[in-house]
Amino acid sequence: MSTPFYVSPEQLMKDRAEFARKGIARGRPVLVLSCADGILLLAENPSSSLHKIAEVYDRIGFAAVGKYNEFEGLRQAGVRYADLRGYSYDRGDVSARGLANAYAQTLAGVFTTEQKPFEVDLIVAELGAAPEDDRLFRISFDGSVSHERGHVALGAGADAIAKRLADVDVTALGLSEALRRGREAMGLAADTAIEAAVLDRATDFHRTFRRLEGDA
Amino acid sequence: MSGFGPAFLTSTSTSFFDLVSSLRPEALPATPGTPQSLPPEGTTVLAFRTADGVLMAGDRRATAGHHIASRRIEKVHRADATSVIGIAGTAGLALELIRLFQVELEHYEKIEGTPLSLEGRANRLAAMLRSNLGLALQGLAVVPLFAGLGARSARDPSPVGRIFSFDVTGGKYEEVDHHAIGSGAGPARSALKRLWHEGLDTETGVRIALEALTDAADDDAATGGPDIVRGIAPLIRAVGPDGEQRVPEDEVLAAASALADVQMRGEATP
Repeated sequence: MSTPFYVSPEQLMKDRAEFARKGIARGRPVLVLSCADGILLLAENPSSSLHKIAEVYDRIGFAAVGKYNEFEGLRQAGVRYADLRGYSYDRGDVSARGLANAYAQTLAGVFTTEQKPFEVDLIVAELGAAPEDDRLFRISFDGSVSHERGHVALGAGADAIAKRLADVDVTALGLSEALRRGREAMGLAADTAIEAAVLDRATDFHRTFRRLEGDA
Repeated sequence: MSGFGPAFLTSTSTSFFDLVSSLRPEALPATPGTPQSLPPEGTTVLAFRTADGVLMAGDRRATAGHHIASRRIEKVHRADATSVIGIAGTAGLALELIRLFQVELEHYEKIEGTPLSLEGRANRLAAMLRSNLGLALQGLAVVPLFAGLGARSARDPSPVGRIFSFDVTGGKYEEVDHHAIGSGAGPARSALKRLWHEGLDTETGVRIALEALTDAADDDAATGGPDIVRGIAPLIRAVGPDGEQRVPEDEVLAAASALADVQMRGEATP
């Protein structure tokens, strides 16, 4: 019988984190920013049907980078969680905080116990009555959660995008201006295929998520 | 709290009804045993095709035996952006079934990224009714009427107004131009047969719907006509190319008083 090699827990975690980080860094970037008209979700995405941003509930949006099959499964789990909760209690009782928590626990569980960690980073965004009430949660592959204000970017060059928006007061921008500044910060050429959607602060319907077709 | 349960992550179903049935069956509309006293019932919902879609109207009365349980119950609801659902039968179960159906459609749309076809929505509704058959046999029947804009077939994708009726066993029947359900359905159907014609606009549609409901209220004690004194108007929803919209209550009330004026003078309605 052969003795398995000893690997220290520190090394194990480090290897896993490095593996996940590599996968995520290859992903094209996603940017979520809260502006005066709502929360804008932007993604560089050559496909018009494999979405990286999506609706989870009335006022909650989802954005992800990384492996499609993994974040798609997580997105569907989020929709199931939100719909079941909203049906059992009330539509107003579904919050991004609860959802972010569930994502964090799931990702942390997979990161520590499974063979391979998820190669995904997620954003859960909840629309408030005003931009300062918006909640943007960033959930990393290892389950760590951070509460961001104004804007949050994921994927390749996320830090650079955040830096470019650092001294812009995004919460004062209208939708079209926010879209322009967002594209600029992501460094996208005019003909780059993007996916854009908004959680609309002004709509009368309970479902606020709307895809921006023919993304200007 | 430990994240999503395994069912959330591994499920391959797009149906919310299946999800609730497996994870939280107690949240589904159900009543163990037959209740001692009569539960409130809702009556008379009608729907017909118009020039650019469909229109559905329902009276606002719920009865429990000879007693009026509610004057303001809402029996016609938005199902999703392009369809409406109306319900006659045991009110408590009916309202829960509508809520479940609304989430079912929204859930599919979010999971799949595209709305269910109109025929598909009608089939889901039929399946949900079938699962309620036990309740129906106890006397707690729920009978919906479903209408919306949808393609007739894959070869002809232009959307047209379509109406589906159901029975308690989950049978689904497509109606041609108009239909009415509930205890006042007889008089309402006769009125629709007489008044309905091709190419109705919403305004004329509202008038015809009011006339049919007034006829139903005349002959059926469980149906309430427009109540101008209290300002309670039948609930009317129209689906057109711009989506589903409720006809504002003050517009319906104005049309109802105009109709009452004509009837008071003993003139023939236009």
